[in-house]
Amino acid sequence: MSDPRLEVDLAGVKFRNPILTASGCFHYGKEFAPYMDLRRLGGVIVKSLSVKPWPGHPPPRGAETPSGMLNAIGLQNPGVQAFIDRDLPWLVQRKVPVIASIVGHSVEEYIRVADRLRNAPGVVAIEVNISCPNLDDRSLMFSSNPDATGAVIRGVRRVSSQPVFTKLSPDVTDIVEIARAAVRGGSHGLSVMNTALGMAIDTESMRPKLSTFTGGLSGPAIKPIAIRCVYQVSRAFPEIPIIGQGGINSGADVAEFMLAGASAVAVGTANFTEPTTAKRIYDEFVEYLTRKRIKDVSQLKKMLKEG
Amino acid sequence: MSPTKDAAWSGQVEVFAYRRLAEPYHSLTIVAPDICARAAPGQFIAVRTPDDRSLLLRRPFSIHRVDRRPGWAGTVDIVFDIRGRGTEVLARARQHTSLDVLGPLGRPFRFPKEQTNCLLVGGGIGAAPLLFLAEELRGHGHRVDYILGGRTSEHLLRPIEAKRASLTVSFTTDDGSSGTQGVVTDILEERVRATKARVVYTCGPVPMLRAVARECARLKLPCQVAWEEVMACGFGACLVCAVPVRLERGAGNDEGWGWARCCTEGPVFSASRIHWERVEDAPAGVTT
Ligand SMILES: Cc1cc2nc3c(=O)[nH]c(=O)nc-3n(C[C@H](O)[C@H](O)[C@H](O)COP(=O)(O)O)c2cc1C
Repeated sequence: MSDPRLEVDLAGVKFRNPILTASGCFHYGKEFAPYMDLRRLGGVIVKSLSVKPWPGHPPPRGAETPSGMLNAIGLQNPGVQAFIDRDLPWLVQRKVPVIASIVGHSVEEYIRVADRLRNAPGVVAIEVNISCPNLDDRSLMFSSNPDATGAVIRGVRRVSSQPVFTKLSPDVTDIVEIARAAVRGGSHGLSVMNTALGMAIDTESMRPKLSTFTGGLSGPAIKPIAIRCVYQVSRAFPEIPIIGQGGINSGADVAEFMLAGASAVAVGTANFTEPTTAKRIYDEFVEYLTRKRIKDVSQLKKMLKEG
Repeated sequence: MSPTKDAAWSGQVEVFAYRRLAEPYHSLTIVAPDICARAAPGQFIAVRTPDDRSLLLRRPFSIHRVDRRPGWAGTVDIVFDIRGRGTEVLARARQHTSLDVLGPLGRPFRFPKEQTNCLLVGGGIGAAPLLFLAEELRGHGHRVDYILGGRTSEHLLRPIEAKRASLTVSFTTDDGSSGTQGVVTDILEERVRATKARVVYTCGPVPMLRAVARECARLKLPCQVAWEEVMACGFGACLVCAVPVRLERGAGNDEGWGWARCCTEGPVFSASRIHWERVEDAPAGVTT
């Protein structure tokens, strides 16, 4: 049998394979270059970018939990301009397709970041990280409110030249309702999902393990929630491409997300255990497709047996 | 593509020996010739917990010592106390246990260019990198003296090896069970004068580092600290291990400080670079 076809089309952008790396889990790529050929990746979703540099939270910023970890990085990033000047050319030079993740404290800030990235060479898509407090609205998360979500996406769409993906949070009553607001706002695709809010306490010191007390839970612990979210959203919006993420750590996990309805996936926390994780997952996934005699990766989406 | 020269070595290694040190401390010797050959004092290795696959992340351990004896495969020692599930499982490793390690990682201690008297100041298990440092400094012709502190005499990390690796060793314990009753900074100035030390290397708990740094600033002695912070990846990607450092104002930084990554920009920092006002003495629970 010939090699399976791995190329995927997400909202008009072609990726050489569906395995991307998740925002905040691959930084801007450089740290991984000594260990793997980054061209093996479908693309890199870079650490979320804001208009101005954001300092992030004080330590401790991480805590391991069963089959996962909590993080409270606080979206530390050098700002979109530093990224464009310093990190983007490096990625472009290495021919790595870049999805720029953007973040803001107001609709205005999201628009300004998207505007800076307009026509930026090498940036093939925008992922809008709406898991951020909206300072214009009593600090509720954009991601928990359909109106705020719709307002951000409409604003970003007005200025951006690239397809827009909205990254949904699982911490909502009805994820389909938020997905609908994003799609109506003009989102071309959806990233499902971000971390789930969690907390851990050290029973010896009787202190929370994170400086911020609560933080984002990631890793295999959240995978069943992510699969459920992808499934619900893909059934509600069959035409909208989904980037599945949450706990991926094997080729079988990639297949599971695609069976649930994802067109591509992003590997997050698993990169931290081993800098070559994404390459291993790629190899395992190709082996899976070959073993299952699946000729084209985009078929998987339609193969879930629900009867 | 095979890893480039910037890459740390990664793979399975075998435990050569497990040893229980004093009551709270454990030591593992692993056979890791590639890491051994490249390691420098102050660097660390990141170890996956064997058996328990629900623990995803590696744990960082300072390189306590290396053995590069000719005809010997090349071993690396780590020492630790039990702080949580990961170190609990690791303390059950025995000869032939296979461990997944990545290293050496991080920036090492910088050595004086000319022959210099060096004072090493360590507290508790945090003193781990100092033995390797002492041996290498001596190998480069520097004079090495040691201050080791701990809660009790049991908490002094490998006092006999410290004696062997240095000209003089002074101990302090909180309860007076060994050496001077008190903390390392109670005797720091006196030891600096007695040993004519021109540089201080220190590692241990944060309150101790802060006190040593302050004392060194007062005595106008350069001081390098080896920092410990919770990590997730160990190679610069996750931004978990944030250390507050002073930065030049300007270039988008109006505050004069920012977060450095302990794993790649440290773990060794010049004490004068740490922004001590931002350092918390009692951070939230640390479980490794
Ligand atoms: C340390 C860390 C930092 C992260 N930073 C970001 C970020 O800056 N922007 C974002 O949209 N998601 C961020 N995430 C979420 C991941 O992109 C991903 O959606 C989530 O962790 C679930 O995938 P995983 O279980 O494979 O890690 C971060 C996750 C972790 C663990």
